Order: sequence, then structure tokens, then C-alpha cells
Amino acid sequence: MHPPAAPEQVAHGQLLFRSNCSFCHGSDARGGEKGPNLVRDQVVLRDQNGEVITPIVQNGIPSAGMPKFALSAADITDIAAWLHSQPLSDRGEPSRLDILVGDAKAGAAYFNGAGRCTQCHSTTGDLAGIGGRYEPKMIQNLIVSGGGYGMRRRSAGAPPVKQQPVTVTVTFPSGERVQGALDHISAFIIALRDSNGTYRSFARHDSIPKVVVTNPLQWHIDMLPQWRDADIHDLTAYFVTLK
Amino acid sequence: MTRTVALVLLIGSCLTGSSLGAQGLDSATLTRPATNAWPTYAGDYSQRRFSTLNQIDTTNVRHLTLAWVRRLTAGAGGGEGNWFGPPPGPPAITGGVAENPVNAPGSTSGSPRLSGSILQVNGILYLSSPDNAWAIDARDGHVLWHYWWKSRGGTHIGSRGMAMYGDWLYFETPDDYLVSLDAKTGAERWHKEISDFSQQYFSTMAPVVVGNHVLVGTGDDLDAPGFLQSFDPTTGELQWKLYTVPMEKGDAALSTWGSLDAARHGGAQVWMPGSYDPETQLYIFGTGNPVPAYTAALRAPRDTHTNLYTCAVVAVNVNTGKIVWYYQTSPNDTHDWDSTQPPVLVDGTFAGKPRKLVMQAARNGYFFVLDRTTGEHLLTVKYSDAANWAAGLNAKGQPVRNPAKDNTVAGSLVSPDNGGATNWNPPSYSPQTGLFYIVLHEVYTMYYLTNTDPRMLVGLGGSEQVDVGSLGASLIAIDYQTGKLAWKYRLWGGGGGIGLLTTAGGLLFMHDGSGSLVAYGLQGAKPPTPLWHAQIGSVDNAPETYTLDGQQYVLVAGDGAVWAFSLQ
Repeated sequence: MHPPAAPEQVAHGQLLFRSNCSFCHGSDARGGEKGPNLVRDQVVLRDQNGEVITPIVQNGIPSAGMPKFALSAADITDIAAWLHSQPLSDRGEPSRLDILVGDAKAGAAYFNGAGRCTQCHSTTGDLAGIGGRYEPKMIQNLIVSGGGYGMRRRSAGAPPVKQQPVTVTVTFPSGERVQGALDHISAFIIALRDSNGTYRSFARHDSIPKVVVTNPLQWHIDMLPQWRDADIHDLTAYFVTLK
Repeated sequence: MTRTVALVLLIGSCLTGSSLGAQGLDSATLTRPATNAWPTYAGDYSQRRFSTLNQIDTTNVRHLTLAWVRRLTAGAGGGEGNWFGPPPGPPAITGGVAENPVNAPGSTSGSPRLSGSILQVNGILYLSSPDNAWAIDARDGHVLWHYWWKSRGGTHIGSRGMAMYGDWLYFETPDDYLVSLDAKTGAERWHKEISDFSQQYFSTMAPVVVGNHVLVGTGDDLDAPGFLQSFDPTTGELQWKLYTVPMEKGDAALSTWGSLDAARHGGAQVWMPGSYDPETQLYIFGTGNPVPAYTAALRAPRDTHTNLYTCAVVAVNVNTGKIVWYYQTSPNDTHDWDSTQPPVLVDGTFAGKPRKLVMQAARNGYFFVLDRTTGEHLLTVKYSDAANWAAGLNAKGQPVRNPAKDNTVAGSLVSPDNGGATNWNPPSYSPQTGLFYIVLHEVYTMYYLTNTDPRMLVGLGGSEQVDVGSLGASLIAIDYQTGKLAWKYRLWGGGGGIGLLTTAGGLLFMHDGSGSLVAYGLQGAKPPTPLWHAQIGSVDNAPETYTLDGQQYVLVAGDGAVWAFSLQ
């Protein structure tokens, strides 16, 4: 929308803004005691080079309580340049805040008890040192996802977690059975790679052949409606200590 | 529109020779269920997407076969083609205010995204994709003309379709113009600005023509106010403009906002076509979410700040543009879950009495049934088992937001995901079965708040979302009288954007999420059975059907092509 202005102009604009505008509009222009957020403001968005902002600053908005400022058009254009340089939205940016709020002891108790995690996991086995391998937020996401579902994220790629394949058993009316890693499935086809790595596909019609899909992450999927956020946070706090 | 005006229009159209064989749309077609035409976004004004056609039915649909395919190319077109390939299509008629249009594959070149509706009037199909419009012969897919708008930019996510009035067409551009074309030639008649491009509006809606009103919406992902406008079909002059958030001191809904400044930047975008009830002359549509989307701290510091009219089903008098009633499906939403989904008009029984109803399956995972003449609330049901963000319903039947399931610094596990239990994809209601059909998505996401200063959140900023699992995608059937699901039919493919069509032949047509167009036999309270399918790779819009030359066709678009099927 607004091509970048010269750095000196932007810097000068910021100084002017701090001195004249920040009391009402906030030092970051995102709203203060009396003045609204200017970063998302309609006038500021429409303005290209100070032409819309200048008369407003020089005349004020008496009905809204904004006084007039005896600033030159050149100065106001610099202020406009600084306003236009402010980031509008950090949509898609990852959080850099500290997410750890849980109780590691409670997490350990949950892991060994009510969570029934020890059915598949061990802190001296597959989870050994997990606190040193991933950031806390990644650990937390992995606890819920089990590493599956591609961990689609709005701003970054999938985590470096090796995933066990979904497997499928296909049984024909003859009794013949084929097993393998699932390639793709619909109501009309089942495709897999067998133990030799050979691709095989079969047409499906209702329950012929019989198809049973086994997802190693099924427990994680079944847990999705059951989780309490507090238990997730506690488990994360516990896993972070496993260095 | 009054009866007198309707009569004048009818007489007028007779005098100009609009009759059998002529190309223009007879406005009376819009007031009947669609049979030999598909004259508006949803086929008819009710948006139930149920066809009374039954030539194709459960006994013969297995003989459905491909009649023709037409692959389309976006952009200026023309060119010489190559020695081995088919001849290129006609060069596009060009319009647009941009000297050098922003490069946008699917708009300036390449395969267009065909996710919108396709009109069929008198044997000609009219369809659009961002910045592009075509007229195609419904008998063989031959392209009559192609119009291309040179865009100054804006979010090019899709074009939901066109509208027609007599011999004139209307569509919206991502850079916020309403463009009217001559349907016979594709020549531009005029273009009018819809919304302010500098505020980052982008326009995708299929306009809806009601009488002499062209209803036009727009959209924005920043902190801008939403509004609906009505334009004159002949001149393009603005007839009325309705803001969907309070814009002035003294506005009745202002008390539901933390400040006037918050309201004026509050969202409630109108980006989906609405339904129309000719008896009451109410145009009924849904509004988008409040903004900033992920924090209510400034726009709604108190519980009474429900942020009207965001996330609401709104009924407007189509002549005056004034709100007659509204029902908010998500007071003070904090997850970007618009309530713009189709409000489906149904004449049916409720609590043993015949009622005039409107029903909406909203993005937030809740299904609502209202009286469409008064807005009286009748029923709410959570149609998504996974939806976990609300602490129950209040006395008005509205879900009560649980702040613990907002975006939080520590992360909250929430369903639905940003895409929602459903989104823009059209549902269908079949009066044959009395069931409301929709594809439900049950994805779970960890929602993280990225900034604790609410002043820093603008538009859709301030949230990191990580999808962590799903209970899958399912075709479901809701009994609107009880709120119970008759069945839940799991789909193997995830896939968004699956739109539905039901027919009097007892069929439901839809993409199965795995690349097939499928005809399911509906069996009332028993789950459906696939009776026919064609693995065409992708279906990007909601299926449509009409008769032409006494033959029933099923029409879909996918992967930049239009596909027509019929019994042969």
C-alpha cells in the first residue's frame, strides 16, 4: 500500500510524533488516553504522502476533542511516513512468549497415572532427553498431536518427528489377506504398499473387500475431546525437565 | 418489490421480446424453484439447494455419464496456441482501472479457481473467477466470450459467482469494483466502486438480484467496518448502504461495544450471498466476525459488549435497507468464526405447527433455527461433537464464550480450527427427507496468543495456531425439529469447500473429499449409499442441476474446468 520512505524521514517523523501526538495516541500510535489507534485508522490508510493527514492535524477535529497543531506540511508528511511504516498486523507470526505455566510434578504424576502415557511412552526410552531436543511450544504441540496430522501450522513447516505409518489390512471374500502401509483410501479404492514396498490398489464396493485401518496415533486422536488444558500444560512443564 | 412493479417488469420484458429462445433472464424465474435454469447464486432465493428435478434418480443415476468438459484459462487469453493443441479461446475483452495489473496466477494467467456458482439462463452458462468472467454454451461447453478485469490487487481468494438482471450480468472484483456486463457480448456496461481499496477491502461475493436491487457485499481482514449495499441494475447508482456495525454516536447498538472507535473498526463483513423471502421482502444474510479477531479486551471489555451486529443472521427490508430483525449466533466471538454461512429458508413443521423458518449451520459449530418473519429463536444445537469453546447456551440459545478457550499465552486446545466446523461451502435441505445436510469438519488446534498488549492486535494478528489433530470430516444430517443428528457419514478425505445439492430423485451430489464427484442415495434416517461416482480429481464448487432440451444435467467445476454430466 505504501512504498517504504527514506529512513531519515521515518526517523524524523517518529520524533515529531513522540513530541506532539503520543500523549493522546500512544507512543506507538496504537491508541492512548484520548486518541484512537492510528496504525489501523482509515485516514492513515487512505493517505499517501500526508495530503489527507495534513489538514486534519493543522485544523484539529474540534468535535472529537483533537486540537490543531501548527506543524508544517513537510513535518506532517514525515509523521505520515512514520505512521505508514508501522506494521499493520503480525498475522501468522509465531508466539515468542513463554508458554510454560504448568506444574512439572503434576505433569509427572499425570504421565505415570491418569494420562496412561506409559502404555506407549517412556521417559528413559523414546522420550529421553526430549526437553533438550525441542522448544517448549513444540513439545506441547507434540504431546497433543503425537507428531501426526502433519502439524500444519500457519507460519512454519512440520516438526522433525519421524512418524509411524498408518497400516491397513484388506480381506477378500476368499479369505486372502493383504497388509501394508496405507497410501490412500476412499469409498471406492484402497491403495497400500505391501511389506516388499510394492504399490497395490483394489476397488472397493461397500464392505468388499473388508478394510481395517490402524492408526498408531489413535490414542492421541481419541484424547482430543478429553484433554484438560491444565494437564497439557503440566505435561509440557514436566517434559521440559527431561534433559 | 411490490406487485405493481413486478407486473410492470413482466410487461416490460414481454415488450422487449424476452421470451422463449431469447437470452435474457425473466425475473419471474427467480421466484420459482430452479428447473430449466440456475438463475441466481443458490439456484433459488431459499438457498436450500434442493432441486425438484427427478429425471435422474436412485434407479438410473448409475448411468450418469460425462456430456462435456471445458477447461478454462484466466487472463488476457488469445495468443496463438501451439501446433498440437486445441486452438486458443477467444481473446478476452479487457476492463479494469489498473495500468499494470498485479500478477496473480489464476487471475492474470493459468488455471482459474472455479469455486463459485455458475448461472444457466436460456442455455448459456455464466461463470466467474477472480477478475474473469465467461459465457459458455451449456450444450457443448463452447466459450462465447471471456471478459478479463485488470486488477490493482487485493486478496484473490475467489469469486463466488455472478448475478443476472434481464440481459445484464454483475460480478465483484477482488479490487472492489462491481462490474456489469452485457450478457450477449461480454462488453462492459459500467463499473462502480464497492469499497475503499486503501482500507484493504477485497470483494468476492456473488451479487444477488432482487427486483430492481443488485445486492452487493464486500470483505476485509483488517479492522474495517462491514456493510451491505444495493445498486440500481440499470445505472449502477447506489440505492442504499447499510453498515453492520454502529458508526455514529446514538446508534442503538453502540452500547454493545467498548467504544465508538472500536465499533467503527469492528468488522461484521458481509461477504456471502443471502437469502430472500418474497412474502416479507426480507433479505436475510449472515455477518462476519468482530475485529481485532483474537482479543476482545478493547472492543468488548464487559460481558454486555456482544459487538452487534457481528456474527449474526440479519434480516433487512430489501427496499429500505433497514434492519428488521437480527439474531447473533456468536456474541463476542474471539476465534474469527464468521456467521456468514447460508441462512436456508424452509417452510416446515416445528413443534407440531407449520412455521416459516430460517436455519443456519454456523462456522462456530452450532446450528440455529429461527422464525424468519420475526427472528424468534426456536432451536440451537451443537452439531459439532468436537466444538469445545463455549460454556453452554444462554437463555436466548446463544453459545456462551468460555474465556479459557480464547487464544492464551500458554496455549488452549480448541475445536473448531480457524476454518471452522463449516465455512462458505453451501449446505442443502431436502423437503423429501426433512433433513439439513452439511459437511462437518472436526479439527483441533492449539491457539496461542502472541502479544499480551491488546493494542498491538489488528485484524487477524496476534494468534499462532497449530493444528494438532482431527476427528475427521463427515457428511451429517440434522433433523431441524429435534436438533438431533440422524446420522454422521465419515469421509476419508479431509478437504474443505464441499458444497451440496439434493434432488427430488432422492440423491445428494457432492465432492467426497477424495477427488470424486459422488451421487449418494438418501435413505432418510439411514446413512446414505454412494450410487455413482466419477474420479475427476477435484470439485471446487457446489454441484448444480437443470434441464436443457428435456435432459437433466449435473454441473460442477474443478481444477479450472467445468464438467457437465447427464444420462445418455
